[in-house]
Amino acid sequence: MEALWLQVLPLLGLLALGYGVGRWVEHRHLRSIEARERQYRGFVVTNLRVVPSPETVRQSSLVLGEAVIATDFFKSFAARLRSLVGGEVRTYHTLMTRARREALLRMLDQARRAGAQEVYNVRYETSNIRSANPRNPGVSVEVFAFGTAVVRQPAAGRSECHTSAVS
Amino acid sequence: MILVNTETVPGYTVREVRGLVQGNTIRAKHVGRDIAAGFKNLIGGELKGYTELLTEARRQAIERMMAQAQELGANAIVNVRFTTSAVTQGAAELYAYGTAVIVEPGVI
Repeated sequence: MEALWLQVLPLLGLLALGYGVGRWVEHRHLRSIEARERQYRGFVVTNLRVVPSPETVRQSSLVLGEAVIATDFFKSFAARLRSLVGGEVRTYHTLMTRARREALLRMLDQARRAGAQEVYNVRYETSNIRSANPRNPGVSVEVFAFGTAVVRQPAAGRSECHTSAVS
Repeated sequence: MILVNTETVPGYTVREVRGLVQGNTIRAKHVGRDIAAGFKNLIGGELKGYTELLTEARRQAIERMMAQAQELGANAIVNVRFTTSAVTQGAAELYAYGTAVIVEPGVI
C-alpha cells in the first residue's frame, strides 16, 4: 500500500504543478500576445500572393518569425488519456494557438523594423519537437511564420503616381 | 539581394531566371538544452533556447541559399520556401529553397 502511494504522490504533485503554474504561464502569455497584437491593428497581413499596385512599392523583403512552446505536464497527461479514447485534444488547442500567434507577432516585429505595414503571402509551418529522452512525455511545438513585407512609397509620391495614371 | 516568397518582386520585372537555389543545415540540440526542455515540459512555456537555435539555423540555410544565388549572378530570390524534417531524434534539417532571378525596377 505504501509503495503505491510513493508512486502516485509524485505524479499528483507534477499534475498539480503543471495545472497551477502551467495555467498561470499560459494566461500571462496570452495577455502579452493580446497587448502586442493591438499594436499591429492597422497592418495588412494576408496570405494573398499578389501585391496590389506594385508600382508604389519601394522595397520588399522576406520576414520570418518563430516560436517553440512546450506543454505543461497536466496537458500532456490529459492528452495521453484522451488518446486512449480518441476525439478532440482540447488541451493542446491553446498550445497551438499561442505558438502560431507568437510566431506571427515576431514576423510582424521584423516587418515593422523594415518600415513595412503590409505583409503578403503569409505562410505557417508547424513541426513538433519531441525530447530525445523517452521518459519525457512532453511535447513542444514549433511554429514558423514567414511572408513578404512591403514598404510603400510616401503618400505624396503615391498620389502623383495615381494622378499620372488617370491623366 | 532581394528575398521574397511571392512569385515576383513587387515593383520589379523578372528579366532572367537563373534556376533553383537551396541551402540546408542539420542541427542537433545539446544535452543541456534537452534537460532544460524537460523542466519546461512540466510547467509549460516557451523554450527560448530552441527558438534561438532554430532562428540561427534557418538564417544559416538562407545564407547558403543566397551564396548560391550570388554565384549564379542573380540579384533576387523569389518564391522562397522552407521545410523542416526530423532526421533522427534530437536532430533536424532546415532547408530553404527558391528561384534565383535577375530583376529590374519597373512594372510592365
